Amino acid sequence: MRLTPRGLWWLKGGLHIAFTLPILYLVYLVLTDNAGGDPVQYIIHYTGMGALNSLLAALAVSPLAKYLKQGLLLQTRRLIGLYVFAYATLHIAAFISLDLLFAWGFLLEEVIKRPYILLGALAYTILLLLSVTSFMVVKKKMGKRWQQLHNWVYLVALLAPIHFYWSVKSEIIEPSIYIVICAALVYLRKQKLVKYLPKR
Amino acid sequence: MTHHTRFTKGIKRQSAWDLADNQVTPESVFKDRRSIVKALGLGALGASIPGYVQAGLFDFGSNKSTSTFTTSPLQFSQPKAFAIPDPLTPENKITRHNNFYEFGTSKQDPFDNAQAFKVNPWSLQIDGLVDKPITLDLDDLTKRFALEERRYRLRCVEAWSMVVPWVGFSLASLLTEAGVQSSATHVAFETLFDPEQMPGQKNRLMGGGIHYPYVEGLTLQEAMNPLAFLAVGLYGKTLPPQNGAPIRLVVPWKYGFKSIKSIVKIHLMDKQPPTSWNQLASHEYGFYANVNPEVDHPRWSQASERSIGEGGLFSAKRIPTQMFNGYGDQVAGLYKHLDLRKYY
Repeated sequence: MRLTPRGLWWLKGGLHIAFTLPILYLVYLVLTDNAGGDPVQYIIHYTGMGALNSLLAALAVSPLAKYLKQGLLLQTRRLIGLYVFAYATLHIAAFISLDLLFAWGFLLEEVIKRPYILLGALAYTILLLLSVTSFMVVKKKMGKRWQQLHNWVYLVALLAPIHFYWSVKSEIIEPSIYIVICAALVYLRKQKLVKYLPKR
Repeated sequence: MTHHTRFTKGIKRQSAWDLADNQVTPESVFKDRRSIVKALGLGALGASIPGYVQAGLFDFGSNKSTSTFTTSPLQFSQPKAFAIPDPLTPENKITRHNNFYEFGTSKQDPFDNAQAFKVNPWSLQIDGLVDKPITLDLDDLTKRFALEERRYRLRCVEAWSMVVPWVGFSLASLLTEAGVQSSATHVAFETLFDPEQMPGQKNRLMGGGIHYPYVEGLTLQEAMNPLAFLAVGLYGKTLPPQNGAPIRLVVPWKYGFKSIKSIVKIHLMDKQPPTSWNQLASHEYGFYANVNPEVDHPRWSQASERSIGEGGLFSAKRIPTQMFNGYGDQVAGLYKHLDLRKYY
């Protein structure tokens, strides 16, 4: 069975619900006092995991489309990618507003001194660039360079789970699993990516 | 009103310590009253407390009370020397934001997973290089020593802090009773090991990879310092399990992980004992672990801290971290000859 445009419309609707519900659930948890006595770390972790999981979903689309021979599936990537950006934005907004409490000088110091925050900041900068260039108009204008720019998502796929691994105090099993999955999803693109490696 | 208002003005409520709120009022009425007060928005009447107003919509303040573990009121004195002016962190935040990996690694896990914890019977053994080894049972913990309340700042190595009204007795009074031998140089502490009750000890994923039982240690000099405290209570009542029932250490000039919970063993020895976080990552967590804004944790700054107080999400403050968490007058002398950068 082939995915029809109408089917795609429904799929996108479903994806919007799937990616929005966790945010509403977080708001519910916080408002009903179920996210802990001081929910700040909970919110930061929750939105960070949201970004990472959405990223896995975004990266899984094209291998899945290939495997299922459903080319139309590729059209969900922009939607999912923008949710990655949305979760990452919430993650950083929570860090700056709730943890740092807008101590900007301190933020700069944090980014410079802390390698895991630096990785996160770098990953977020890439996501920001990908998001502002995600519109059709921009894509057309950029031509070939658009694909080159958007290949940087594979760097995000490596930076994000390392950022997670580096940020935890001791419980490294979960971040290790994420690193493996992300590395595998990048590895699936090896043919596409070897082109970018320096030639011998 | 709720518990926390009684502390904020620094006035001792008359015999507040003889009866807890939930003792004078049947518990169901007590809870209902709190939710009615909350529903009417009367919480805002506590507006004399800074931060309460701005908390507004996001005030997830004081209505949650689903703990099933039973605590009981304690009798104690309130020595002036330990009544600091810092406003206290509300009880429901102190009891619902805990690092106690034996019950899970999220901050809320200990509250969620520890309510069925059994503290009776309990046995705390004091042995090693002592003249009279002592074994204390649950009753002894609250009856053998005169209890006092101490309001201590608690600074977590994760760069957040609280102000907590502990009830207990000084570690020195216990050690003195046991008669420390002259050869002793260090004190080792050990948390209960009971995987049936502590899911984090059973399941590595849940327990964060720590080697259990959790162990901690102090030098004998540190342990004999009057600030070193054994807490058996919190906010006038016996400790809830997530805060380390029935007895825990409190060492306010050190990062929170030194203040080991649910202690079953105190062992006097003549060498430095192993400590859990140091075993796990020695370049990040030293034996001393004194609060020190000038020595950063390798992965984050220790120069400032998020102070968790009254009110909602946006009411916390970022404050500069003080050397020895502000207890330098009492403890700096212990480290005169120690390079605190090397011995972090």
